[in-house]
This record gives sequence, structure tokens and C-alpha cells, in this order.
Amino acid sequence: MRTGKSRLSSLLFISAVVTLLVSVTTFNQLPADHDLHVGNFMVSLLGKYLTYAILAVAVDLVWGYLGILSLGHAAFFALGGYAMGMYLMRQIGDRGVYGNPDLPDFMVFLNWTELPWYWSGFDSFAFTALAILLIPGLLAFVFGWFAFRSRVNGVYLSIITQALTYALMLAFFRNEMGFGGNNGLTDFKDILGFDLRSDQVRLGLFIASGVALIIVYLLCDSLLRSRLGKVAIAIRDAEDRTRFLGYRVERVKLTLFTLSAMIAGLAGALYVPQVGIINPGEFSPLNSIEVVVWVAIGGRGTLYGAVIGAMGVNYAKTWFTGAYPEAWLFALGLLFVLVTLALPKGIAGLHLFKSRNKPTGKMEPKT
Amino acid sequence: MSAVHGYRKPLIRRDRTFEFLIPQYVDDLDLSHGTALYLEDISVNFDGFQAIKDLNFYVNTGELRCLIGPNGAGKTTLMDIVTGKTRPDTGSAWFGQRINLLRMDEAEIAQAGIGRKFQKPSVFENLSVFDNLELSMTGTRSVWGTFRAKMNRQTVERIEAMAETINLTDQLNRVAGLLSHGQKQWLEIGMLIMQNPILLLVDEPAAGMTHQEMDKTVELLRSLAGERAVVVVEHDMEFVRALQAPVTVLHQGSVLAEGTMDDIQNNSNVMRVYLGTESTT
Repeated sequence: MRTGKSRLSSLLFISAVVTLLVSVTTFNQLPADHDLHVGNFMVSLLGKYLTYAILAVAVDLVWGYLGILSLGHAAFFALGGYAMGMYLMRQIGDRGVYGNPDLPDFMVFLNWTELPWYWSGFDSFAFTALAILLIPGLLAFVFGWFAFRSRVNGVYLSIITQALTYALMLAFFRNEMGFGGNNGLTDFKDILGFDLRSDQVRLGLFIASGVALIIVYLLCDSLLRSRLGKVAIAIRDAEDRTRFLGYRVERVKLTLFTLSAMIAGLAGALYVPQVGIINPGEFSPLNSIEVVVWVAIGGRGTLYGAVIGAMGVNYAKTWFTGAYPEAWLFALGLLFVLVTLALPKGIAGLHLFKSRNKPTGKMEPKT
Repeated sequence: MSAVHGYRKPLIRRDRTFEFLIPQYVDDLDLSHGTALYLEDISVNFDGFQAIKDLNFYVNTGELRCLIGPNGAGKTTLMDIVTGKTRPDTGSAWFGQRINLLRMDEAEIAQAGIGRKFQKPSVFENLSVFDNLELSMTGTRSVWGTFRAKMNRQTVERIEAMAETINLTDQLNRVAGLLSHGQKQWLEIGMLIMQNPILLLVDEPAAGMTHQEMDKTVELLRSLAGERAVVVVEHDMEFVRALQAPVTVLHQGSVLAEGTMDDIQNNSNVMRVYLGTESTT
């Protein structure tokens, strides 16, 4: 019976995303002077929001349902982005500024003579696709293995995740790391042999992001609807009790945390070709905190809430930074405070959504 | 006495010469000697506070036992040790003859067949009563197993039967956080039974219950004993008396007295501890 409600909400969600994809694609085909024409800039912008939405779902999975407040998820996002960036750099070939067929421009600039070993393999898209999932997943696994086994919880875990992303940022800023230093990776030309700057490819990436969001949503939804999802909520609300029922809390946490990191990596990989650059700024601790704010505003503990939060806040950000650039951070802070005070369950907790909210997904605000 | 104190872990104990030969963890529970739980020479020290001191405590299979004692006597610490939450400084704890509890974590101990009800009713407040019982039910505990777990008619019937036993049939689809205090206590007892444990540790089951509810709880706990060993910690003396079970009195981390409720009430040591009066002998 409740499963039925959950099915309904996934159906609604999927139709909303599909409607977005179809309408944007249709309106994008209209002549440029038509009233309903959606420009290419807007397509890429929406594509970027969709990747943010995937990231928000990843954060919601561990925060909203498992109680792990990760303030370092941008690290997994950025790692996935870097993996994609490396592939795109290899696709440039000899069309770089220096025309070197073997080395990316920044390596030539640094007088490097050969490609570092960890760049090998990124010529192949299949390898890259694996790396996009496995590198963030591996980092999350190793990190989680130590953190969850020693039962690091709550604010301490959050601080460690911040430290993790900060350490990675400092590392990626260094030129000798071989990831382009503070300039990062950019000047991409092709993806899978298609010109990245063409309108069709941009539209294709937008659609791919939407499809990825649907797949990720369905995956998380099926997970949360299973008994494993109930165990996750049990861990969130009463970790000790769950342990005394015989569940290996650390294994559940490790599995979901690793999965969440892989989803974040996927989001980063879709993000990079659409914005055309990846640099160490993506690891900045502030980015991770911003994701948490999206999820809080949208409503943690509901997957669609996270998506609404990510898309809504980022749309507001785009508008605000255009109209009142210096006021944006104040507006975001105010929004966060207001939502926390007035809508502890976020936008998804509004009455409008309440009737199809499943009781298992809701969360009482903890002080 | 004080010479021995501080000499916590003697290198060699004459009764444990070949300790390394004892198998430390065996899958199957061996209760052939009729004892479900052995706690021997247990001591726990929390930063200078001696919570448990040289405690010996045995529970027979199928036995119903009450554990009483003033605040700070070590009752909850004892349960923590058995369920793996606290590690004692010295001593040994065995479940049956063959399972060494000190080598296992909470989840392993729970899977081996020891269930626990907490002092403060702790149910999963955001899950329905049904889900609470489903999670407690015996069965797979692995990540993949719980992801693939399917409900069938049999398991649903089992949960419904349990809901009837604990009087929560009409609350099955309600979120557990909305239950009354007494109903939460019942739900937690139900969750405990769903685990099908061999040893149940029940911490203050009667707190917050009305008289009728208490009578039903007594009935339920008494019916559980026999098949399972049940250890009940309770402050309410009326409740303890109603259980008609042997009573162990803890005081300052050691066993002060053991016997029937009448023996205990006439025991001069117990009177001294509880009433604060010197015995008049």
C-alpha cells in the first residue's frame, strides 16, 4: 500500500524529468526568433543543474536516509569530473596550442617529456567510464572503512569529510601532481569523436544528464524501498538498537556511502563536458556545504526533495549572480536559515507534497 | 586484598593453564550443561569508578531470573557486557559452553541468540510498527540479503501474529513514534521475541505501564521462560514479586544475595543496602 504511493511518486518524478527533457529538446529546435525558443546556453545550464541534482540525490542518500552528514561530497564529484577531464584532454590529441600529440598542453608547458603512468588508459572511453565510478568509489570505501569501523559519527565525521576534500584541493592545486595545477583541465574539443561545441552534442549531454538522473533516482528508490532502506533509516534513528538486532551497521554505511560516492562521481563526469573545465576549485569545502544546503532546502529524506532543492537553488543562484552578484551569498544564507526555522523538512515537507510523502522517508529535525 | 588489587591481569592462572586450547568462537551454541550464560570474575572500571567487581553470575537455560539492586549497582553495565557494548577489564563471559562473548561485537552476539530490551524504550520512531517487527525478525542480516529480502505470506503472518500478542494489531501501519510509552515498551518486547533469542535481557519492562499492562507483561515474560532464558531488571518490587522467579541482588558491582523474593526480603544484608539501616543482630 505504501509501496504503491512510492511507486506513484517515482512515476510522477520520471514524468517530470521526461517532460523537461522533451520540452527543452523541442523548444531548442524552434527558430531562434520564436518566443518559446530555448537557447543553447539555457540547454547547457539546465544540463548542469541536472548533474547537480544527481549530486544532491547522492548526498540525500547518505544524509537523509542514513544520517551521515557528508561535507565532502564535492570531492567525489570532482574526482569523477577529473577522470572525465583526463579523457577529454586525451581526445584533444595534437590540436593543442603546442601541437604535441602525446602530451597535454600544461605538461608541455612544464617541460615534461612523458605522460605520467596514471594518465595511461584515459585514451579509452570504457576505461574512463570505469574510472569515473571506481576512483570515487575506492576513495569512499577506504575512507569509510576506517571511519565507520572505528565508529566515527556525527559532527566528527562531517569534519573529517571536510578535511578530506580540503586535502584533495590542496593536492590538486600542485603542478607536480600532473592534473594541471590551479588551471585544471580545459580547452576540450571532442567527446567520443563528436565536437563538444556543437549544439547537438550539448543537447545530447543535457539529455544524458536527465537520463542519468532518472536511472540514479530509480536505483536509490529501489534500494530505499527494500528492507535495506528500512535498515538505513533504523541506523539513522537508533544506531545502537540496530546493532543489537544483529545488523552490521558499519557494512550498511560503507556500502551506501561508497555507492553514493560513485553516483557523485557520475554527476561530476557529466558536469565537466557541459561546463568545459574542471579545476581544483571544485574540491573547495564550500562546494560540499552548498550541496548540503540544496538538500536541506529541498527536503532531506525525500529523493525528489533533493532534486527540487538542487535545481531551484541553482536557478536562483544563476538569476541572483546576474542581477545582484554581491547579494547571492546573503540570500543563500537567509534561505537556509528560513528553511531550517520554518520548513524543517524543506520544500518537500510543504503541505502540497505531504499527501504522497511516505512516512518512512521523513525525518524529525535533530537538535 | 589490597595487595591483589591493581594486579589486574595475572600472567598465569592455575585454573587456566591451557587457555589457548579453548576454542574461542564456535558457530553452534552448546547448552548441554544446562547453563546459558556464564559470567566469571568480571570487573569493569570506568575511569576509577568500579562499576562491576569480581562478579559471578550464571543463568540456566530456560530460567526466568530477576536482577535488582539500587542505582549504580551495575545492572545495566552487566547487560552491556553480555551484549558486547562494554568490554570488562578482567573476567570471562561465555554464552553456552562454547561461545566467548568477549571476542564478539554487538551484531555477532545478537546473531548468536542474545536479545536485549533497553531501559528507555528504543524503537525505530520513523518506521511503522510493521517495519519495526520486520527488521527484528530472524533472517538475513547481510547488506545484499536485506536488499533482496522479500516478504511472503508466512512472514507477514508471523508479524501479524506478533502484533496480536503485543496488542498492536490496529497500530501496525502507524509510525512507531506515535505510540504511547507503554505501547512502545510492548513493541520493543515484540521486537525482542521476533529475534527468537535464546537469552533475553529485559531492562525495566514495566516502566510507564498501567497495572493491567503490567499484569500482561508478567504473563508474557513468564510464558517466554522455559523455552528461553530471561533476565529481567526491574525496580518495581510488586512486578518482581509477580514474576515469581529467583532474584539476584546486585550491590556495588557484586552479587549481594540470591534466592526467592521472600529470602531476599528477609536478608539482613539486603535490608541494610536498601533501607540504609544497620542490621540489628
